[in-house]
Amino acid sequence: MLQTLATYLSYPFVIYALIVGVLVALCSSLLGTTLVMKRLSYIGDGLSHVAFGAYAVAAVAGVTQNMLVIAPVTTIAAVLLLRRGQDARVHGDAAIAMMSVTALAAGYLLMNVFGTSSNLSGDVCSTLFGSTSILTLTQTEVLVCAVMSALVVGGFVLLYNRIFAITFDEGFAQACGLPVGRYDLVLAIMIAFVIVVGMSLVGALLLSALVVFPALAAMRVCRTFKSVTVCSAAIAVVCALLGMLVSMLANTPVGSTIVVFDAAAFVLASLIGR
Amino acid sequence: MACLTCDNLSIGYSGTPVASGISFSVSPGDLLCILGKNGIGKSTLVKTLLRLIPPISGRLELSGHHTGCGVGYLPQRGETQRDFPASAEEIVLSGRLARIGSRPFFSKEDHQAALDALERTGALELRDRPFSRLSGGQQQRVLLARALCAASRIVVLDEPTNGLDPDAAKGLYDLLETLRHDGLAVIMVSHDVSEALSHATHVLAFENSTPGFFTVDDYLNHLTAKKDEVL
Repeated sequence: MLQTLATYLSYPFVIYALIVGVLVALCSSLLGTTLVMKRLSYIGDGLSHVAFGAYAVAAVAGVTQNMLVIAPVTTIAAVLLLRRGQDARVHGDAAIAMMSVTALAAGYLLMNVFGTSSNLSGDVCSTLFGSTSILTLTQTEVLVCAVMSALVVGGFVLLYNRIFAITFDEGFAQACGLPVGRYDLVLAIMIAFVIVVGMSLVGALLLSALVVFPALAAMRVCRTFKSVTVCSAAIAVVCALLGMLVSMLANTPVGSTIVVFDAAAFVLASLIGR
Repeated sequence: MACLTCDNLSIGYSGTPVASGISFSVSPGDLLCILGKNGIGKSTLVKTLLRLIPPISGRLELSGHHTGCGVGYLPQRGETQRDFPASAEEIVLSGRLARIGSRPFFSKEDHQAALDALERTGALELRDRPFSRLSGGQQQRVLLARALCAASRIVVLDEPTNGLDPDAAKGLYDLLETLRHDGLAVIMVSHDVSEALSHATHVLAFENSTPGFFTVDDYLNHLTAKKDEVL
């Protein structure tokens, strides 16, 4: 088994896949704690459906660099959803539900009616649940993913203290003179980036697992914000690595395998944390 | 010498006044209690004092040497998340955000200030404890330390004893007494008239759209006079 693994690891595309996987897991877990505590866990799910819709549009329009469509559309949706938070006529969760099902339905409809691909259900399935396409990443895609991840991680580290304040007590942060609206915007953009890079790894439907599970697991065992953040990043990276390696060896779908590991980590942490 | 002065202040949202003609001043060592029914403009005044909304007209002035956001804030209980994964020290430290400008990280000085603030509120031994595991009274002490971290001269407390058991409430009032003797000015919103009056030095009473400013003795006379009127 180790030999098979060694053979796999000697291929550059496998290494690319591992790098991208780890980066995606790291980014999504960093934002997880904030989203969970702001009661916005579902936003990742909603946004990934929007990303699916954007993917469909890109595919139908024949845009080869589909990131160029997915990234801006998802960012706008993220901004709209976070902005609605306070003074919305439709409340946050309902807005997310509406947006996500509409995007999902419209995306599938578009692909069905105008799709040129001969393997429609295969395409849809791999966009929703992640695919082996993580093993067909080009160097450029890895680079784009690395840059976006670096932006998210860098932004998170630089804004760490402010993100903490806004997550814990928005009113107080505002009284301290923090431009809360602007930070919400930055947060929305970071979430959108995570969704875009995450889609290639686990697919649209499973993405929120990467956001929510590591944070929830870390909260079971850690009690300070810093330790929760570090711990959830560690859990996410370990689960992503394990999931990818197991999926290669056992020939299972990579997205679902990672999510199963994440879920297991949560159960384990819950048992330890009792 | 007053450290906060309001002169003929008119407050409200988007140009529509909720209350007007508000004049009062607060000096170091004072405890100003803002009294009044719900929905009469107390929270709007608090937001104006914190500069979350601009006054419609009139003058609002902080005088003396002020750093940070000028006015520290202890929000109403329930507005902060009680189950949040954070240590007491992390929460107090976040009060220093008002003073670090565009620096991304806290300095050694900031950390020391957080510890000092915890010491002032008698909560130093709670520094490493998870916030979610603290009692209501302990949580209020930690949040008060955070307010002191943001502004060491004036704090605004919104219903600080709401939901506390009588012992914890008394402890908080005793602490405020000590802090006031060290020169802190306290502005407190309350609807518990009798309890507030036994600790306040001044009262801002929202009875109609123009709240009256009294010393606590004048306010007691005012209340007696009003009672006589009714009888």
